[in-house]
Amino acid sequence: MSQVAQDAIITLALQLADDDFLFAYRGSEWLGIAPHIEEDVASASISQNSMGHAAMFYELASELGAGTVDELAHGRKATERKNSILVERVNGPGSYMGQPAYDFAYAVVRNYFYTEAKKIKMDSLENSACEPLREIATKVNMELHYHIFHWKTWFVALIQANDEAKVRMTTAIARVMEDFGDLFSYGHDAAKIEAAQLIETEEELAARFTETVGHVLQSVGLNEDMLAYTCKQNGRNHIHTDDLTAALATLSEVYCTDVTAAW
Amino acid sequence: MKESDVWQQLRHVKDPEIETVSIVDLGMVEEIVIDEANVTVTILPTFLGCPALSIIQQNIENRLRALPRIGEVTVAFVRHPPWTSARITDRGREALKAFGIAPPPSMPAENGEWHVACPYCDSTYVTLDNLFGPTACRSILYCKTCKNPFEAMKPIATLSS
Repeated sequence: MSQVAQDAIITLALQLADDDFLFAYRGSEWLGIAPHIEEDVASASISQNSMGHAAMFYELASELGAGTVDELAHGRKATERKNSILVERVNGPGSYMGQPAYDFAYAVVRNYFYTEAKKIKMDSLENSACEPLREIATKVNMELHYHIFHWKTWFVALIQANDEAKVRMTTAIARVMEDFGDLFSYGHDAAKIEAAQLIETEEELAARFTETVGHVLQSVGLNEDMLAYTCKQNGRNHIHTDDLTAALATLSEVYCTDVTAAW
Repeated sequence: MKESDVWQQLRHVKDPEIETVSIVDLGMVEEIVIDEANVTVTILPTFLGCPALSIIQQNIENRLRALPRIGEVTVAFVRHPPWTSARITDRGREALKAFGIAPPPSMPAENGEWHVACPYCDSTYVTLDNLFGPTACRSILYCKTCKNPFEAMKPIATLSS
């Protein structure tokens, strides 16, 4: 394998890993405060699976010489992270340690859109030129089947519920689309990643998302124009918000107390 | 070192959360390679985020190291082939039932519908309470015949939805 192709695989693996790492963390912040106990069980399980997916992508990067899995997951600063802005956003004001005022409508829309986007990426990776990426995508897709089903069920049910739910869901869609600009981006490394035929182009995947979710919106009487977005800030290029810095401080607190400890 | 001795030891390594079923019957053991006294066991992870995997690895190592004249023991987790719930043996399915967990239904790709029987009374008059359960691999159901809540192993297959 050429050095260029190897760098491209590491970069893409870290984008996917960082995405799932933060997504799983934001999901885990709902533990104990989800709207009802069954949702608590479900979203905790989904977060755990997603952390497992992040681990697989970190392992791949590690196998190619990017460092140990723990260093990659816990030892990198916000200025080195490649996750999208959408997954780093807080769940809402307050903290789960104090008085969380998290918005479940935002959680449902973010999780549903993120999971549909992830499915589109995994489907594309199943045809990747890189065999380990194909294998991981196959494994991830087997679990993602359940995640999509879960978030789509909530999404469709809440958007068709009473007026307040509909307003909150519509507001949440707008908030999610504000941060959607870099989700399908490969950042400065796009040419390298696409040339190595690791995954389809940003445009192809983004169009597939608009089509898939557009159909769902139409089925509940909404206009797919709501899915329009522009890229204001690109997390793939290590440009992040303070939300990420705070999340990493919490996530890596134990690791940083003694980076040489075996857990 | 005989391969059959290794298999026999592995039958004693149970799922840490389901003590009636071995990793062999769960279909997790893909390959055993013996090189004189050294043994390498290749394991297929079930769910990627399953915290039981490192415990299983430890338990395999402990079991095999107790064998006489054993050399190096290596446990390798591989991504391919992907584990599916169809790999669970008939004995594994019975062992799950004995623990109060319905074995995974086969998942028809057409409509994704499940057909699960209650592990206590075999009734199929059951409802799905939660697709997700206390561990990544299980769902929570309720039997309307014997009025027991129960768990079922999720069907996991390489279908595309």
